[in-house]
Amino acid sequence: MDVLKKVPVREQEPAVRAKNFEEVCYGYNMEEAMEEASRCINCKNAKCVQGCPVAIDIPGFVSKVKEGKIFEAADVIAEASALPAVCGRVCPQESQCEGKCIRGIKGEPVSIGKLERFVADYARENGYSPKKTAEMNGKKVAVIGSGPAGLTCAGDLAKLGYDVTIFEALHEPGGVLTYGIPEFRLPKEKVVQPEIENIRKLGVKIECNVVIGKSVSIDQLIEDEGFEAVFIGSGAGLPKFMGIPGENANGVFSANEFLTRNNLMKAFREDYDTPIFRGKKVAVVGGGNVAMDAARTALRLGAQTYIVYRRSEAELPARVEEVHHAKEEGIIFKLLTNPTRILSDEKGWVTGMTCVEMELGEPDESGRRRPVVKKDSEFTLDVDTVIMALGTSPNPLIYTTTKGLETNKWHCIVADEADGKTSKTGVYAGGDAVTGAATVILAMGAGKAAAKGIHEYLSNGVQN
Amino acid sequence: MYQILKAEQLADNIFLMDVEAPRVAKYCQPGQFIIAKIDEVGERIPLTICDYDREKGTITIVFQIVGASTKKMSFLKAGDSFRDFVGPLGVASEFVSEPIDEVKNRKYLFVAGGVGTAPVYPQVKWMHEHGIDVDVIVGAKTKDLILLEEEMRSVSGNLYITTDDGSYERKGMVTQVIQDLYDAGNRYDICVAIGPMIMMKFVCKLTKQLEIPTIVSLNPIMIDGTGMCGGCRVTVNNEIKFACVDGPEFDGHGVDWDQAMTRQQLYRTDEGRAMLKVQEGATHHGGCGHCGGDE
Repeated sequence: MDVLKKVPVREQEPAVRAKNFEEVCYGYNMEEAMEEASRCINCKNAKCVQGCPVAIDIPGFVSKVKEGKIFEAADVIAEASALPAVCGRVCPQESQCEGKCIRGIKGEPVSIGKLERFVADYARENGYSPKKTAEMNGKKVAVIGSGPAGLTCAGDLAKLGYDVTIFEALHEPGGVLTYGIPEFRLPKEKVVQPEIENIRKLGVKIECNVVIGKSVSIDQLIEDEGFEAVFIGSGAGLPKFMGIPGENANGVFSANEFLTRNNLMKAFREDYDTPIFRGKKVAVVGGGNVAMDAARTALRLGAQTYIVYRRSEAELPARVEEVHHAKEEGIIFKLLTNPTRILSDEKGWVTGMTCVEMELGEPDESGRRRPVVKKDSEFTLDVDTVIMALGTSPNPLIYTTTKGLETNKWHCIVADEADGKTSKTGVYAGGDAVTGAATVILAMGAGKAAAKGIHEYLSNGVQN
Repeated sequence: MYQILKAEQLADNIFLMDVEAPRVAKYCQPGQFIIAKIDEVGERIPLTICDYDREKGTITIVFQIVGASTKKMSFLKAGDSFRDFVGPLGVASEFVSEPIDEVKNRKYLFVAGGVGTAPVYPQVKWMHEHGIDVDVIVGAKTKDLILLEEEMRSVSGNLYITTDDGSYERKGMVTQVIQDLYDAGNRYDICVAIGPMIMMKFVCKLTKQLEIPTIVSLNPIMIDGTGMCGGCRVTVNNEIKFACVDGPEFDGHGVDWDQAMTRQQLYRTDEGRAMLKVQEGATHHGGCGHCGGDE
């Protein structure tokens, strides 16, 4: 064993997985996990913990894995996180815990993500249940949205004894974990549903099919239904389009629509009724994780698939692992390329996309080099489907129907980072609804902070 | 689960149901819609609200079989349940939130085509409950497809019924009735037209000539109904709108009808195939060519 290197993790062969929706990564087995755990040098002042938005005691759980005491490792993680099987799969560990690992200075960091995943999977498969701690205190808290922020906030509050109800607009809980991230990266029945079930076991109620701002407003929840505090974790669900000509042609979709059809409505399965448009040549515009998810989904549905991104590979916002997987599977990257028009036939169906080539100029306000159009570089990409994965913004349904809730110019809810407090007494917020589209783990961190904030508020009766 | 309290066949392919959905019934308004999902594998089906009973906590929906999912839905009976039923979605009709005196001062014309009678009914009923008599035109292909006639008559001012084939009352399209009313000297401040897209397109063409501002209700392809997927985007006055959150009601004179109708075709082949599978059950083999053949 080379202590400078991670124990390799087994994966489905690229050529095989490009044709199915089974999970790409198989994860560690007990032997591999214990071996990888033994690479942890158990730092006293563990930097990895500082890199974790929910501050899991990483050396604590890893040392339990080292001893093969997996349920005890699960207990350590459960103190900080309600969604370990999810986080072990979708967290950007390379820029968080693993990015800070001392092992990483001279060699590869400890594979913390894969270890977390192993603990969560092993615990679940062997009948582990998280412990409920406090007695019920009878105080009702409403949580809007059952994505990572809402689930975390609800789980933490339930552990403190609160009577928590989550309101979910869709017919299944999970938010982006259910509608956004595909099966091959995050299995629903195997991983997402059991973790949500664990949160229910803490006493959290989940009411689906309630659109806050339409079915009932936040003010009505407080005034008519007796909720003493509200956490808004409604995410950033509004898709963006480019505003280029031809965008309403048949065959142009938002990544949200394409992924929701596939993941939430399970359109990839024959036994589900919802249709999905299976293009033969698909261009996905964008370079983030959502773009990778959409491209890899289109590929699995049988299309030759392109990623079209206006900057270069170095600026791709997607996780390195996702880009790597996408390339292995045969996605063609058209970098430094920007669409200018979508072409369609006389019946309104997409027949191609006109693009221009770009080159990188001076850095812009984001610090990244601004892409500028290369002269006379226009060309047409032969595609029948275009999927726009350009980011999302918060849904206006909540802030337009809640009195006294302050938002900023990007329509994000203004909330205190430390405790989730908003401009409205008793109302807290966190996750993408506050930050704009970000990651699962940052949303969980915000849900956690808000649970603490709500607990302080309801314990003292005043908002500081 | 959302129990069906009443299920009734109104016409050949058209059904009415009362569904228990207290959260929807509590705050819904005319013009809004719901999304129903039959079972685990079902589609999310958007349907405009036809009526509501706040005390009983029920919503009335009316639907026409257009594809596999509505076909499946037509098999449901009183006592069965929908797995999911969410709403109210979309923005309520504008008059609901306008000062009532302003609404009373206007002369309204409602035009309903086919199954579009269902969403027109709660609007006319609202007017009636607020002491406003409105003129209503109801059109359908043939006598059997005239829906909710009694209900509509009891809340309308003047009710004009027309059938394409002349099998009941007047013969001809709704546009002919609008023209005749206009020629007879009737003047309207607002027209509300709901029905098949092609009908709304031609009503709008006429009312534009007659200079009657016209509101239409669009029910395009959508999934979530909360602004998340953007599948329902329509161009209105050269701006892209999402029918689910910005609508479903829009300025009919500004709608890009040709684009809206093209977008409606998106899944037609898939839907058609799926419907034939349901109809033909185990005997469906995809070989007869009706569905274009299975892959």
